[in-house]
Amino acid sequence: MLLSIENLSIRLPGRGDRPHAVKNLDLTLQENEILCVVGESGSGKSVTASAILGLLPPELKVESGRVMFEGRDLTKLSPAELRQVRGAGIGMIFQDPMTALNPLQRVGDQIAETFRIHTDLGKAEIRRRVVKLLTDMHLPDPELAARVYPHELSGGQRQRAMIAMALALEPRILIADEPTTALDVTTQAQILSLIRELQQRNRMGVLFITHDFGVVAEIGNRIAVMRMGEVVETGAADDVLNRPQHAYTKSLLAAVPLLKPPDRPPPEDGLEGHAALSILNVQKTYRRGLRRTVALKDVTLRLRRGSTLGIVGESGSGKSTLARCIVRLLETDGGAIEIGGADITRLTKQEWRKEARRVQMVFQDPYASLNPRRRVGELVAQGPVIHGARLADVMPKVRELFGLVGLDPEAVDRFPHEFSGGQRQRIALARALAMEPEILVADEPVSALDVSVQAQVLKLLADLQRKLNLSMVFITHDLRVAAQICDRVAIMQRGEVVEEGEPSRVLVAPQHPYAQALISAIPGRDWAMRRESP
Amino acid sequence: MRTVRFFLTSPAGIIGLVLLVLVLAMAASAGTLYPNDPLSLAGRPLQAPFVNPRFVLGTDSSGRDVAAQMFHGARTSLLIGISATLVAIVVGVLVGSISGYYGGWVDVTLMRITEAFQTVPNFILLLVLVVIFGARMDLLAFMIGLVSWTAVARLTRAEFLTLRQREFVQACRVLGMGDLRIIFREILPNALPPVIVYASIVMAFSILLESALAFLGLSDPNVASWGKLIADGRRVLRTAWYVATMPGLAVLIAVLSVSLIGQGINDALNPRLRRD
Repeated sequence: MLLSIENLSIRLPGRGDRPHAVKNLDLTLQENEILCVVGESGSGKSVTASAILGLLPPELKVESGRVMFEGRDLTKLSPAELRQVRGAGIGMIFQDPMTALNPLQRVGDQIAETFRIHTDLGKAEIRRRVVKLLTDMHLPDPELAARVYPHELSGGQRQRAMIAMALALEPRILIADEPTTALDVTTQAQILSLIRELQQRNRMGVLFITHDFGVVAEIGNRIAVMRMGEVVETGAADDVLNRPQHAYTKSLLAAVPLLKPPDRPPPEDGLEGHAALSILNVQKTYRRGLRRTVALKDVTLRLRRGSTLGIVGESGSGKSTLARCIVRLLETDGGAIEIGGADITRLTKQEWRKEARRVQMVFQDPYASLNPRRRVGELVAQGPVIHGARLADVMPKVRELFGLVGLDPEAVDRFPHEFSGGQRQRIALARALAMEPEILVADEPVSALDVSVQAQVLKLLADLQRKLNLSMVFITHDLRVAAQICDRVAIMQRGEVVEEGEPSRVLVAPQHPYAQALISAIPGRDWAMRRESP
Repeated sequence: MRTVRFFLTSPAGIIGLVLLVLVLAMAASAGTLYPNDPLSLAGRPLQAPFVNPRFVLGTDSSGRDVAAQMFHGARTSLLIGISATLVAIVVGVLVGSISGYYGGWVDVTLMRITEAFQTVPNFILLLVLVVIFGARMDLLAFMIGLVSWTAVARLTRAEFLTLRQREFVQACRVLGMGDLRIIFREILPNALPPVIVYASIVMAFSILLESALAFLGLSDPNVASWGKLIADGRRVLRTAWYVATMPGLAVLIAVLSVSLIGQGINDALNPRLRRD
């Protein structure tokens, strides 16, 4: 046994919703295995990881229990002793490789630092080892990668540099805290296979923290499911994923959207005369000084009235730019966006303000999209009030909308911070619906939410669409979500639509090589196929 | 309410508040305690303090009551401090918010103007203004405000630059909200906390500027002022130290009180220092 956490309890400060961040936790990590710790936000999984290396924030105190590593209790070590363990005995990688790397130091120097601290190797030897490490990380040009600064690397390359740093001294344990969450799906697949390869080569024990069951299925040997600071179920990956015992595990797994699109008969008549939104040859180029970035290249798409068009792509594909052009947060450089036959890109700013109610938007981050200083009822009423209604007249409708999106109508007087992420997204949805729009543009509306909340919000969106006959543009990077909610999907890459059609075709038998790559990179695809085949 | 409660747990804030109340009390009671013109001759010049009960703090070199000048001077300082700060905040917030929200050429133009003000030391600029426009109290407050808005503008602009990117601002635009409403009703309340903290520094500085002007004999000659009293005391510093010392202490206390309050507000608004 490499690491054993025994009866660990960590106290939360003050009067939170629960007294302990982690309570009576027992976990063991064996040599040569990947243990995935899965849970939703607030389940205590990251606190557990931090506790192992003594990285807890000062408000959190270990109340009882031990963390045994090589015969020593890590919770009892002095700061100096802990520094010997960190890096040398246990390596760690984090979610955001950009903030975990020092932007003012060359990548090679940062990795070399690990050697300088823990060994007395000479300069030339350290250099040699740094380049060898970066070669092991499959970076295309390791010599160059050592010389550049973090911002000159892509997200995936930065995460590789981080892993190189964590593994420099060949630690016996690697702790990975959501290491692929900030990455695109194709990059994620590469990083996962890299971690797996290095783990097997060094016979390391890996403690892998994640919220994503797809990732778990891809990489885990064993799984521990956490809820509210407690482990509710542990077992071999195959058992937990396919024969879960605990009710909570079952509900979490049930909330993971299926890969297989549901059967939806396509409408018999064509699109002619039924288009709520036509995007025709739209162009958009960002200019900054002399640098030009083409964000949209001749994009043409149609949205049928009362249906959902999914726009799927990785970061930089132009999907969010397109969403912002449709609501005119951004001006296009060419082409037309027609709503009800009229080109909205030709309206003046004043004319558009009057028309604005026809297209509304729900944003990705429910914590940033609501003004923290306004009551939520007021926020929802804001749209009609801007367009001339009196607040008192709108309030009954606001309450009705609160009911419609599944919130307590009496909650209108509260402030945004009193609501959870999922509730806030419902408020944002109510705000958009208050304008009675014809078209709803949803930009990654469930990406910041936990999987169980995500399932509820997706269901709500589908219900509302049916009830209100909404036409919806749904932007997402998550192909599972797209498969479940969209009538048609368009896959974008570098500003272009590379494939468009019904999900049952595009997501099952894609034609374009990029679409194929994207779909084969979905984490846990094999597990999903097995789970979903009858 | 929470902010007020946190303010009252900060030692700096409480000390500042007590000192400010002291200065306020001086200003408020000046009319009843010393109803006569504080600048009129009252008795024999250069009497030491705590000797003659009629002149508790003594008299200056022209035989004017030092205590009366101190109390009326508190009025001057507070009046100048508060109104100059208001002018600076209004101008600074206007320039900063418009500059930060619109960006582009609007930002470039406004920021070049701000820099033009910043390159001239503000006391020199103030002297030029006073020489041109004279030194009536109301004008003085305006002019002091006019030389101290630049930092407020830069601070507000910085806040706006980050806040305008936030999704709630985009959400307002999607609803069809007009720019002015977005700037002043949606973004500004979120941008204000650091500006309010900075206002205390502007106020402390305004009080100093007015005292400095009065020390040079350039402030309104018809108004009692701490700076004027210090200037008068300077000439007799070796024989009658108390004439300059008393108003000097008053300036120190007033400036200290305002900056301590600023510190207190800063602590109260800083979520990291909050413990509950």
